[in-house]
Amino acid sequence: MHFDKPTYTVRKAKKKDIPKGVYTKDPVSGEIVFNKEVEDNLMVVPKSGHHFPIGARARIARLFDAGTFAEADAGVKSSDPLKFVDSQAYPERIKRYEKDSGLPEAVISGTGKIHGIEVSVAVMDFKFCGGAMGAAAGEKITRAIEAALTKKIPCIIFSASGGARMQEGIYSLMQMAKTSAALGRLAEARLPFISVLTHPTMGGVTASFATLGDVIIAEPGALVGFAGARVIKDTTKQTLPAGFQTAEFLLKHGLIDQIVSRLELRDRLRDVLLALHVKKKSAAPVAAKT
Amino acid sequence: MESPAYVLEFEKPLRELAKQLDELRQRSIETNVDLHDEIGAIEKKIETTRREIYSNLSPWQKVQVARHPRRPYALDYVKLICEDFSELHGDRQYRDDQALIGGTAFFDDEAVMVIAQQKGRDPKERILRNFGMPQPEGYRKALRLMRLAEKFGLPVLTFVDTPGAFPGIESEARHVSEAIAVNLREMAMLRTPTISVVVGEGGSGGALGIGVTDRVLIFENSYYSVISPEGCAAILWKDGAKAPLAADALKLSADHLEKLGVVDEVIAEPPGGAHNDPAQAAAALKYALHKHLNDLRALNTPKLLDTRYDRYRHLGVYEESGAVRS
Repeated sequence: MHFDKPTYTVRKAKKKDIPKGVYTKDPVSGEIVFNKEVEDNLMVVPKSGHHFPIGARARIARLFDAGTFAEADAGVKSSDPLKFVDSQAYPERIKRYEKDSGLPEAVISGTGKIHGIEVSVAVMDFKFCGGAMGAAAGEKITRAIEAALTKKIPCIIFSASGGARMQEGIYSLMQMAKTSAALGRLAEARLPFISVLTHPTMGGVTASFATLGDVIIAEPGALVGFAGARVIKDTTKQTLPAGFQTAEFLLKHGLIDQIVSRLELRDRLRDVLLALHVKKKSAAPVAAKT
Repeated sequence: MESPAYVLEFEKPLRELAKQLDELRQRSIETNVDLHDEIGAIEKKIETTRREIYSNLSPWQKVQVARHPRRPYALDYVKLICEDFSELHGDRQYRDDQALIGGTAFFDDEAVMVIAQQKGRDPKERILRNFGMPQPEGYRKALRLMRLAEKFGLPVLTFVDTPGAFPGIESEARHVSEAIAVNLREMAMLRTPTISVVVGEGGSGGALGIGVTDRVLIFENSYYSVISPEGCAAILWKDGAKAPLAADALKLSADHLEKLGVVDEVIAEPPGGAHNDPAQAAAALKYALHKHLNDLRALNTPKLLDTRYDRYRHLGVYEESGAVRS
């Protein structure tokens, strides 16, 4: 990666948002930072606090109490029901996504403990097909919600997605209904659902489970919206205000509960879980080490 | 202002025949010669040509029919199949959205709640209806009316016809995503029978926002898609003009959707499309609605909700440990 030219300008969802190599330019301060230092700090630039996207595996590794995460549904993968071909056949694309991301799907799910409180979790990863939701991703998310329902534990979903996966056509749209219906049952059972919006969360993911949290938390600077900036400009000829569709914009307009730094997220999640699920401060499980 | 009869590109043979017909009629008047046989022959040819064209439409051509400026819109059907539609306005919070409307009506003597995405027929009405693109307050009004229906035990009939939810700054600031998402969750839990009909365009999340129902019906030439063919072509083919290819690949037309299990019934359109004979299209819709409503009324509420949950739970195909599942 070249560090003689700016790698990042504004908050746009691009694959190059994810640092590669040895050095990266911090888009906030313009300073060159060691990738290793950023990686060790949950992909947050120590000095400026800029949040780079973090992979699902790296997030999970630091989110849960040590040794408590048990992955579920690792064998659920995308299929090609429409036999979709554009410049490339969809199965070939899937293979490339697997290779590029090192992941089986855009969602990693399972159960684990956060400060001793057991939760069911689904974590999206933008590296796999831009986190686009197809039937496999929708299935893993739905099963994570249903697992929370069965075990009577809270559910947390970390979103990072460009939206629906076009190559699965109408089926990808129906994942919005599938996941939201499951959340309806979770709500009926009075089990908490915490939605964590990370950079970027757009389209069909925003318009389904991501905005249905009992508590909605966003990471600083995360791009969150329904329609993309280009579509809005093309349709309405409107000039988008600075900072439009950022976490800060959402907080100001009253659309989310909190913006929380990734470095504090584990503790803030504990606070929410204690208040809505444990409901008694003295009943808090003894915090285990990460 | 009435649009010309044959405006679509693939209707060119019909346009030419219609022109010949006009000329013959004109000549008949001017020359006072009886051209009755010739006129009859052309009329017959128009009928057979129309039948032939419309029974062999490509997915992209069907999208164009679904967007036809003379296609019957939701309120046209409501007038034809229901009685005493009484519009109920507003989301009680911000504004009355005229692209997504609702109210009570009587269907077969029984009270129902109608929720409808409505397009405008003339330029002035198109603007009033925001080209059928609802804003957050439209979805919130729809939910308010669906809850009203639930409270008084009325079935809900929704008419889907939108290019998509409105993409704009105000729409985002009032959280259109959340408005749609809440509807998806609440429609899945609504304790009353629900049926949706895609009468024209089923544009992505904007359509689904009133579409999570016990039964989903679709007219033969309507489409329902995760993204517009133009949008898909612009992203995947890097060329919006490749929309016909995208329309094929997306499997967005009614016959495909039925095979995929996303819709429960395809409602046949009269030859030449629903706009050619709205009354006949409405009669077919009325028959289908009657049947599905009776089926649903026979279920008790827990069974209704379980069946609805299962319907959406198994939409989508994935692989698990080498096996294809849904």
